[in-house]
Amino acid sequence: MITALNVEDLALQRGERVLFRHLHMRVAAGEAVALAGSNGAGKTSLLRAVAGFIRPVTGRIAFEGAAGALPSDDARRAGCHLVGHQDGLKPERRARDELLFQARWHGGTASGALNAADRLGLTRLLGLEVRVLSAGQRRRLALARLIASPRPLWLLDEPLAPLDADSRVLLGVIMAEHVATGGLIVAAVHDPLPIVARTVGIAP
Amino acid sequence: MSVLAVLARRELSLAWARGGGALLAVGFFVAAAVMLPLALGPAPERLAAVSGGVTWVVLSLASLLSLDRMFERDFEDGALDLLALGPLPLEIVAAVKCLAQWTVSGAPLAIAAPVVAVGLGAPVASAAMILAAAGLGGLAFAFLGGTGAALALASRRGGLLIAVVVLPLLTPPVIFGGAAIANFTGGLPWGAALSLLAAYALACVALTPFAMAGACRNAQS
Repeated sequence: MITALNVEDLALQRGERVLFRHLHMRVAAGEAVALAGSNGAGKTSLLRAVAGFIRPVTGRIAFEGAAGALPSDDARRAGCHLVGHQDGLKPERRARDELLFQARWHGGTASGALNAADRLGLTRLLGLEVRVLSAGQRRRLALARLIASPRPLWLLDEPLAPLDADSRVLLGVIMAEHVATGGLIVAAVHDPLPIVARTVGIAP
Repeated sequence: MSVLAVLARRELSLAWARGGGALLAVGFFVAAAVMLPLALGPAPERLAAVSGGVTWVVLSLASLLSLDRMFERDFEDGALDLLALGPLPLEIVAAVKCLAQWTVSGAPLAIAAPVVAVGLGAPVASAAMILAAAGLGGLAFAFLGGTGAALALASRRGGLLIAVVVLPLLTPPVIFGGAAIANFTGGLPWGAALSLLAAYALACVALTPFAMAGACRNAQS
């Protein structure tokens, strides 16, 4: 169980270009952080680095549990959700199959997945193939695994972008609940998050 | 249901959907074998002489048909990120993908292989041996093809790369399998060739998942 995320003196590079240097950030349990920065500043890269996909040029990313430092690999495998621009949904499979797979793969149960679908207003859509869903519906389907398989650290990349007004409010409620129960949220956003969040600027 | 079973179910369903499942590979295999007498002439003794070798070569090509997209779709739609953040290491995910591919296309091909070979004039007694060789060979083809598919992720024109990287690795199973079948029909000892084929297939199963996982991580970074 992750209780804090520490980013210390981090520098990230994509290709030949250094995105940013000397980034310090600490996110503790019960905290939400909004990453702000212009297009291409490195918000997505930072989220992918926290998730373990991009290796830092310098600095380190560390996870803490209740009993001290956690091995990064275990912390990511057991405690981290990444919802990005690409939702990982297969167009030709039914929404129900994809939701159940994503939820169980991350440690959730079938009943938890169906409850999550209900909460996000997806129950009616579960019998459809993913390819006929709209962008907002697909994003809600991807977000359902956040509720279906509880993990402490949520890394969200523009989670609000394709959502309509009601869904944004709903996601705000869900995020507030997660933070209230000791969860951690790091979200890359252009619009303000619908919950109280500390803003961390990403710039070269 | 354990996460391994959850993953295996998904991969089987995706492998079945990818490239028309077993039908495409088996269809290609049978069609190529049916065309052969049209080109070579129908003389039974001539067909019987090449039946084993031709079966084996066409089989190896048929098993590569739908392999090149094995990781590409998951990479493009973000599912590979999801798989990497799950409870099982990517090495196991890659192995499950290849086994699913083998189940969906390798096993049906292995069942079709003796039928095709005997149809071309191979002795009926060789059917069991051809089934075993095709099953083992298919395992090697699936894991080697998966390695090529994973290596091609981070590059454009991946198909060409797969051909260049994978074809040299495919030659040993083609040689061992072809030799086993030819020796059997020729009344020569065939155990050594089949053992080498089995050893090669098992080495592929044991080693290539590490290469596939490494290549996937490289593509994701």
